[in-house]
Amino acid sequence: MSYRIIVWVLALILLVPIAVFLIYAFAQGWFFPALWPERWDSGLFLRQLADPQLRRAFGQSLIIATGVSILALVLGYPAARVLELQTFRGRGLIYGLFFLPTVVPSVATGIGLNIVFLRLGLAGTLFGVMLVHLIPVLPYVVLTLGSSFARYDRNYEQQAAVLGASPWFVFWRVSVPMLLPSLVVAGVLAFLISWSQYVLSLLIGGGKIITLPMLLFAAASGGNQSLIASLSLIFIAPLLILLGLVARYLGSPATGATPRP
Amino acid sequence: MAKWRRWLGLAPASIIIIGLFGGSLGYGIAQSLGWLPFLGQRQLSLAAYRNVLAGEQLGGQWWQALLFSLWVSLAATLGSALICLGLLSSIAERQQQYRGLSTISNLHLAIPHSVWAMALLLVLSQSGIFARIGFGLGWLDQPSDFPVLVRDRWGIGIIMAYITKEVPFLLLIGLATLRQQGREYLLVAQSLGANRWQRVRLVLWPLLAPSLIGGSLLVLSFIFGAYEVPALVGVRYPEMLATMALELFLNPDLHARAEGMAVSLLMSLIILVVIGLAWRWRRAEQQS
Repeated sequence: MSYRIIVWVLALILLVPIAVFLIYAFAQGWFFPALWPERWDSGLFLRQLADPQLRRAFGQSLIIATGVSILALVLGYPAARVLELQTFRGRGLIYGLFFLPTVVPSVATGIGLNIVFLRLGLAGTLFGVMLVHLIPVLPYVVLTLGSSFARYDRNYEQQAAVLGASPWFVFWRVSVPMLLPSLVVAGVLAFLISWSQYVLSLLIGGGKIITLPMLLFAAASGGNQSLIASLSLIFIAPLLILLGLVARYLGSPATGATPRP
Repeated sequence: MAKWRRWLGLAPASIIIIGLFGGSLGYGIAQSLGWLPFLGQRQLSLAAYRNVLAGEQLGGQWWQALLFSLWVSLAATLGSALICLGLLSSIAERQQQYRGLSTISNLHLAIPHSVWAMALLLVLSQSGIFARIGFGLGWLDQPSDFPVLVRDRWGIGIIMAYITKEVPFLLLIGLATLRQQGREYLLVAQSLGANRWQRVRLVLWPLLAPSLIGGSLLVLSFIFGAYEVPALVGVRYPEMLATMALELFLNPDLHARAEGMAVSLLMSLIILVVIGLAWRWRRAEQQS
């Protein structure tokens, strides 16, 4: 197959679900064998957008995913920097530590942490859910930032320091701008993983924290197809917007985005 | 740089992972051994493991779920890897950076598995888009003529959801390898007179093998333990290990928690053993 055809087929596979969601969300009286809906109606979708439960879930998802991204960048940056710019005993071990959560299922970690978080009073709190989301998120942020530190030239920092820049100045005016694409991609990746998380939020949120994936699961067991489609659209819209904003960084090897299954 | 500053950089992230992971493991093992203080039960025993592996009711369920999880994860991983290898083989000799393919694959990764599963349900169910088209073309007389492709007992829906989701992931990994080192070797082989098939088989595949095998292992362990997709497009019977573990854990009968914990720990153990063996095998390969 030619390269172009492959790109187009992959694009199509991505667009079909979005089109299907749009059709199901806005179709009215679309009963089985009909190929095309009788009429279109944005009523259900708009009612969904105005639904207090949905708004609350959207807000909580947004707070959690944004908080997790910031926390992961703040924690992951120094770790990735040390891991990639220095060689020391135990480096492999630390890498192994960050690798573990990428293969151990979140059902297992979530079940184990359920009681711990209840005891600590963190279950059912936004902070508790953010903390537990760090388990799947932090490793990817460290790996993504790490692979761009691997081709980072520290001489620029030294030059600035020699010329009298303070450590803060070096950080904000030299390191951050040089690593910006990678920081942005790592932040978006963190947001995405947290936003999509269901099992960990369910086990730690304890019914008090409701996020969008939980509404989607509830709708899926209810079986109302237009509701499923509306929720799916609302669920993926922020992700597509975010990715559209950083798309030019994504295809470039320099950002070192670590893909995830 | 001073030693303490190195550890200062590593400490916050490591402490969080060690704390959460260690806490989870510790409490998980304790509960699986029957330490359920909220029920006033502090006697440690292997009863949960006995029930899960050989119990009258759960034993059968465990082995069934293990087999089903193995089937789904192996079929989906193998399918994704083969498709990815085929696609890469057909485009490896293009002289370019594959930016378009990388971008579109990255966009695929952005769609959450749960949403992807929902799309599959709307397209492939017996009253879905494909069934409507089949009906419109006169191929079907009623919804039940359309094959059960999602929420089916063979896990076809789960496998299809994963294959379509994991091919872009493996493509990204393969493309990274191709960009780094692929072209020169292929050009050398070509100038030495290797034909296309020889170049693909003797140069490209060995080149891609380490990264694709590594990526496939990540896919395998992810699918083996993931909950969302089987919960959404699977059936209650046969079920996968992750759904069995979570259902036991959320069971109103709190005694079932020990068993849910045992299932999830055994499941994690299987994954870690497979990854560990693969890692040792690769190290042995590298040394020889």
